[in-house]
Amino acid sequence: MSPQPNPSHPKPHSQKEASNEERADSRHFWIRKVVDRFFQILSILAAIVVISPLLLVFVFLLSSGGSSLTWDFLTQLPKPVGETGGGMANAIVGSCILVSLATLVSTPVGVLGGICVCEYGDARLRAAIRFTADVLNGVPSIIWGIVVYSWVVLRMKTFSGLAGGLALSFIMIPLILRTTEDVIRLVPSAYREAGLALGLRRGQVILHIILATARRGVLTGVLLAAARVAGETAPLLFTAFGNRVWAAHLQEPMAALPLQIFTYAISPYPDWHRQAWAGALVLLALVFFMSIVVRALAKGKSQ
Amino acid sequence: MSASASDPKRAVPASSEGADPQKQSPAFQIEDLHVWFGSRAVLHGISLNIPSHQVTGIIGPSGCGKSTFLRALNRMHEFTPGARVQGRIRLFGDDIYESSGDPILLRRRVGMVFQKSNPFPTMSIQENVLIGLRLAGTRNRELLEERLEEALRMAALWSEVKDRLHAPGTELSGGQQQRLCIARALAVRPEVLLMDEPCSALDPIATAQIESLIRDLGQRYSIVLATHNLQEAGRTADRTAFFLEGRLIEFGSTKKLFTNPSQKQTEDYLTGRFG
Repeated sequence: MSPQPNPSHPKPHSQKEASNEERADSRHFWIRKVVDRFFQILSILAAIVVISPLLLVFVFLLSSGGSSLTWDFLTQLPKPVGETGGGMANAIVGSCILVSLATLVSTPVGVLGGICVCEYGDARLRAAIRFTADVLNGVPSIIWGIVVYSWVVLRMKTFSGLAGGLALSFIMIPLILRTTEDVIRLVPSAYREAGLALGLRRGQVILHIILATARRGVLTGVLLAAARVAGETAPLLFTAFGNRVWAAHLQEPMAALPLQIFTYAISPYPDWHRQAWAGALVLLALVFFMSIVVRALAKGKSQ
Repeated sequence: MSASASDPKRAVPASSEGADPQKQSPAFQIEDLHVWFGSRAVLHGISLNIPSHQVTGIIGPSGCGKSTFLRALNRMHEFTPGARVQGRIRLFGDDIYESSGDPILLRRRVGMVFQKSNPFPTMSIQENVLIGLRLAGTRNRELLEERLEEALRMAALWSEVKDRLHAPGTELSGGQQQRLCIARALAVRPEVLLMDEPCSALDPIATAQIESLIRDLGQRYSIVLATHNLQEAGRTADRTAFFLEGRLIEFGSTKKLFTNPSQKQTEDYLTGRFG
């Protein structure tokens, strides 16, 4: 807590105030300087490699789909095959509904699971849950599509938005569980002890102190998981299935952006190709927007 | 400090019915207390009566079992995997390890202040002080406001924070944060206050403030103060116990223990021969 002076470390002098000649004389100084600069350049190059794909994708999408990204595209239903024009309004709304549904289902399960791993149960149970979550995180997303297809779609005898949301939520649960666990683990045990020593019940400590302290982190985890599944196509192929008109309710096949992009991209019509690009642009913008919200949340934390 | 002394609303801690709360009956009667972590014994049979309405200092070198001892007094070991406690501890006559006893109720009677100040980071000063009462079910706003002021006055913090009760508790300085933690513990009106090296992370001025606060509170509460700082025990404690390697070596009035210890080990420790 108290700032301890650390006399053992010499203060780094800025070039102006340090006795410059003395330092420049030593050969080590130059070697260190060159090595330092080398690593600096190397890490800048790595950063560029990380950033450039994002920029490339953006530029490419804008040039290929930007012209088709009209008001009609955002507000109109798809036109029948052969007619030009029309839009993906149903797919945009459908994607929002599917992701919201998945978030609604997976958040309580994932957060409670994360709490359980951190706060309750014996070490073996905890390790088992964590291992399971890790394995689930690695399950290819199409598997979830098949599972939900056989569990829900076959039983309901129809593709549906419900099934699509459920398939997405299966992907989100282990992601949310793991991030919740990580951020709860970051809450210093001093707060837990202080709460318990005040005579609070364990559940109260978890809810009012630990979860409250970690809430931004939990929310960030949920949003990241949502952003991740927003672009999933495979699990929706035989659950939500897609729809060329509005879905009246959740028990009907529902359109989703990734599905629509998939269908349009493999079609033989140039107009649909352009629309697929525009759809990709909208999808990327959605995910980008979510990431910005996540950033804002994470920043507000330190405020 | 003076604010708290002149405050008429100052709380008298509730005491167990029947027993005379004044000096005679001990706060804690501890008989043959053993604590193990796994197979490692940390306390080997401590028997000790901790007087009420006094400050009892626990001194000893690091690892002698001071913290372990304190944590046995409010059953905090129950959250440490592998910890086992044996022996009998009575708080004003009530056996605290009785199977029917709820540790939650015990911890409302036995407050604790930790080495590192730990105000809850998501809560304001006011919320920090009142969380214990709120979550115990107190809804009455007037009562809450009264307790808020009372606790902050007793912790000698009221005058410094009364104009910014809604500011985050973490905005305060280190010493103020520690006093906030003391206020938080006092707000539920405990009978005993356990303090685990409360000044070890503070600068000398904040330390002096907390020590003077401990002496004031010692008139009203039974305080158990673990410290590795001998001077601190000398300045604040009425009685002092010397622990060494999980055993109680000597217990007596602070003056006697510091000036004329009866045990050789105590003398060696006080004169700096080890620890």
